[in-house]
Formats: sequence, structure tokens, C-alpha cells
Amino acid sequence: MLVWSRSGRLIIWVIFALIFGVLFLAPLAVILLSSLADQWNGVLPNGLTTEHYADVAKGAAWNAVKASLVTGFAASALALVSGTWAALSLRLQGPALKRLLGPLFFIPSAVPSVSVGLGLLVAFSHPPLLLNGTIAIVMIAHFVLISAFTFGNVSAGLARLSPDFEQVASSLGARPAYRLWHVTLPLLAPYLVAAFGLSFALSMGELGATVMVYPPGWVTLPVSIFSLTDRGDIFAGAALTMILVAATLVLLLGLERITARATGS
Amino acid sequence: MSAAAFTGSEVTDIDAAKVRGAGSNVHFDKVVVAYGAHVVLHPLTLDIAPGEILAMIGPSGSGKTTALRAVAGFVRPRSGRIRIGATDVTDLPPYERGLGMVVQNYALFPHMRVEDNVAFGLRAQGADKALIGERVKDALATVGMATFARRYPRELSGGQQQRVAIARALAVRPRVLLLDEPLSALDAQIRRNMVEEIARLHRSLPGLTILYVTHDQTEALTLADKIAIMRDGRVCSHGPTTELYRRPPNRFTAEFLGRANLLPVTVAEAAGPKGFATARHGDAVLTSAGRDEKAGDKSLLCIRPQHLSLTADSEHTNRIVGTLREVHWQGELTHLVLDVDGTPVRVSATKLPMALPEPGTKVPLFFAPADTSLLPEDAGV
Repeated sequence: MLVWSRSGRLIIWVIFALIFGVLFLAPLAVILLSSLADQWNGVLPNGLTTEHYADVAKGAAWNAVKASLVTGFAASALALVSGTWAALSLRLQGPALKRLLGPLFFIPSAVPSVSVGLGLLVAFSHPPLLLNGTIAIVMIAHFVLISAFTFGNVSAGLARLSPDFEQVASSLGARPAYRLWHVTLPLLAPYLVAAFGLSFALSMGELGATVMVYPPGWVTLPVSIFSLTDRGDIFAGAALTMILVAATLVLLLGLERITARATGS
Repeated sequence: MSAAAFTGSEVTDIDAAKVRGAGSNVHFDKVVVAYGAHVVLHPLTLDIAPGEILAMIGPSGSGKTTALRAVAGFVRPRSGRIRIGATDVTDLPPYERGLGMVVQNYALFPHMRVEDNVAFGLRAQGADKALIGERVKDALATVGMATFARRYPRELSGGQQQRVAIARALAVRPRVLLLDEPLSALDAQIRRNMVEEIARLHRSLPGLTILYVTHDQTEALTLADKIAIMRDGRVCSHGPTTELYRRPPNRFTAEFLGRANLLPVTVAEAAGPKGFATARHGDAVLTSAGRDEKAGDKSLLCIRPQHLSLTADSEHTNRIVGTLREVHWQGELTHLVLDVDGTPVRVSATKLPMALPEPGTKVPLFFAPADTSLLPEDAGV
């Protein structure tokens, strides 16, 4: 315990509550209130209604939810496979190659998402790689943007994994593929689930690259929210945002339960 | 053949042959291991006979774990060959070497139950279900863990986890069992019990060849048929355990194995037909078991702390005098440190005179010629 006195702990809690409340809860609370506001002219809404939810439900909201979920799942799954593969492969390389390649995997996370979108648009607009206007280019954009986080998470898990597990497995006669499937991956499960969860959350909120490359008929939630707010329909945008938050939250809570089961905690 | 299993709440008689591996010899032939320019194992040539327990002991960085890992296949020798039985395993991957391995932190797979941990090697090798069930049952019975089969490793104590790790290694019927500091993570009491249990296990599985790496000399002395003492990547001595303890060939072995006192002496008379030589230390004339020393040779007289006595009797005929410096009481043992002409001499005594002398007083020490040995002064290795 860093702070021993009762009054000291109370002060720390108040500071924490203020920071958490102002920076984190207040914006969310405003969005929540906006999604339920009949009209909003003063400090608080004039009245509450669920009409905006009904409106977005009648519109293209569910298509947007579906597009976001499918894109998030596909891109995260792809990022999980490739990030795990990259982390496992890099672990076997010498220190010089590790130092060189390790940071390279993180470059996509340092590039603005709009630039990634633009790059993909230019790269995939001519045969033989003509993906412009397809759903695949949206998936690729999301994959590029989130893969670094997957790689980072899995690499961190591998660094914490004692080599004894795999070596004992080998000495008992387990060939590399059997060892990977029955020992390495199960031991990495909490990191894989966390990596997937983070990738999925990032994908669900991705706008910059998606807005550059999305085809008609594959409008994700952030793009829909952006369109609504851009047209001045703040309340509908807020309702759609809450749907996005709820969908992401449900999935992340589910993943957390899976992790808890896997680790036995 | 029936053998008593590990002690514990569920001692079981089992057919020892069921879990016994077909013990093989291990042969290191001029094995060199190096990382870049740094040589961690200098040419090592060593044999472990079938059914033998060889303990490799030495300080940290002495190369003992590297030697074990070379047998396991996790370290590739720069040169030299390793044979297990008739098979040259130097270029074989670890999973084709037919070994069992137990490591310091147990490395039980946390996502598997005890029975699945023990079955792991057999499943990996594609054994059929009935055989796996039988072997798992036998291996767990051998280590007295049959009733814990459905538990997860996290539900077991450290000692229990180590038993499961041993059962897992035994279940594949290894040609050689590699134990890499297997008891280091256990507390002192459990470690003592486990040493006795491993000794009992080996008595019930006499065909099992074991390479046991440890830095703990008590484990090595209790378990090993032979000991190899490692220092700076080289074997500095190798031989039967009792022989190495009673007649250490060099200073490092004498000091590392049992913290012997080494008294500088000059050989007065070479060893006669009974094997005893006479040596001088200052004014004292001492009789010691000798080797091939000649009169006039500078030598070191090796005497263990527990073989020194404060009282004379018919056996303890050698006498030296030292100045008492320190007294450390440790319950069942009392350790004394004396200064004998500038050489610190340790005494471990279970019985002491009622009135212990004060530090600073002169104290005579007695010891029997049969408890001593001479080793060359320049054999410091």
C-alpha cells in the first residue's frame, strides 16, 4: 500500500474520482443523455425520449452494426493469426533480427489511419490488385491498423512464458506442431484473448481509414455516426454511439469471462 | 517384482517393471558447447552407466546445466558427440531422444489436470488409450499421487507438483531421466523428504539411468552412485560418491563437497603397506591415509569438520592445537571455527564438553588417521 493514512487514501480516491468522472464518464454521460434527449437547450435536456433509438433502428443502424461486427471479427481474427505467427517466429530469431523486425511490426500503429486508408486506396485501385470498392479493402485497412497491437500483446505473453514448458513437452516426445497446439497456445490463451479483445475494440471504433475506403452497402457504425453528426443529427448519432458502445462492451465482457475460465481465476 | 511406492498417504505396491525405463548408458565424447567465442563446456568426456545416478554438481555457471541440456537436445554441441545407448543423439531433435525431464519449477501444464499432465508424453507419441490409462495409473501410484489425478496443478503443494512432474517423466518410460535442480524450489523440510523419496524411487526402478544436476551437495551425496564436480565448464573430478568424499582428488573437490579442512603438511614418511603416511604440520606429527606421496612432498591433509573431536580416544590419535575463534550453536550441531597456525579449521560437533572454552583459548583437536587423506598441494584445479 503506497498511502498509509486514512485521510491520504481519501484524498487519492477523490482525485481519482474527479479525473475519472471528468475525463471519462462525463463525455459518455453527455452522449448517453443526448441519445435520450427530446430537446437540449439548457444545461440538461428538456425531456427524455427513446425516439432516436427507434429512428436509427428503422434506418440502416442494424446494417451498420452488422458491418462493424463482421469487420471487427474478421480483421481481429486475421490480426490474431498473423500477429501470433509473427511473434512466434520472431522469438526464434537471433537478437539482431529481433531488434530490427520487432519495431517494424509496430509501424502501422504510428501511421495516421487516414494515411493508411489513402495508401490502400492508391495501392489497390489498379489491376491486378483491384480491391477498391470491395469489403475486402475495409478488412485490410482494419487489419493493418490493429495487427501491431495483436503482435505486441502476444509478444508480451511469449516473453513471460517460461521456456521450461515447451522444453519439457519436447523432451517427452511432443513434436513442434503438437507442442504448439497443446502447450504453447493454451498457455498463451489469456494473451490471445486480450489481443483479440483489444483489436476488436479498436476495429469497432475505427473511422479514419474506413471513411476513405468503405464501399456503398458496407457502412460501419463509426462511419454512420460521422455521417449523422455531420448532417447535424446529433441525437441520432449519439443513439448509434451508444449501440456501438453496448455491442463492444458485451463482446469484451464475454471475452473477459473466457479469459477468466482459461486462467482459472 | 513388487516395489513400495513413494511414501505418503497412499503407499501402494506396484509392479516396478511397469514404470521402469529400459536404462541406457549416456556417453559424452569430447562435447564442446560454446556461445560465440564464449566456451561454456570444454571438451567433456564422461560415461553414465545404465541404471546409474550421476550427480553433476558445481557452482553457478560451472556448465552442469549446459551438459544436461546438451543431452536433452536444447543445446547443440559445437563439437563432440553424445550417445544414449547405441544411438548417437547429437543431431536428433529433443522429441526423438526418448528422455524424461524434470525441471526446477516443475513446468506442469497449468491448463491440464494431473492425469493429463502425466499422459501428455504418451499422447504426444500416439500411444493407444488403454496403454495411456494403464501407464498414467502406474506412474501416479509410483509417486503416491493416484488420488490427485483429477486435480489441477494449482491445487497441489510444491512437493506434490514435483512428484507429478516425476510421474510425467516416468510415464513415457524414458531411457534416461534428466533431473535439473528438481528440488531447488522446495523448502528445506520438503526437500529433505523428497531426496529420500527419489532415493527410494530409484531403488524400486534400478534400471533407470538418471542424470541429476544440482548445486546441493547433500542431494548429490544422498542420491548419486557417482558424482561429477564441474568448475568453469570442466569436470574437475568424477568418481564414486563415497570415494570422492573420502578421498577428494583436489582442493576444489575437497572444499566443495563437504567443506573439508585442508591443513598444509610436509610428508615425512610415504605410505606403507597399510596405506598410512606420516606428515608434519608445525611440531605435530600426523598419520594420514596416503596415496603415492613421497617424503618431503608438500601436501594438504584433508579432514572433515565432523571428524574432528575435542576429546581424545583410542581411535583419535592425531592431535593438533588451535585457537578458538567462533562458536555457532545450531541445535543438533555446534560449529566451531579455530585458527591452526593461520589455517582456519572448522569443527562440527554433536557432543561438546559441558564447559565450552572461551574464544581466544587454545583448544586441542583430535582425529583418526582413517578419516583423513592427503592431496597434492598444487592440485587446486
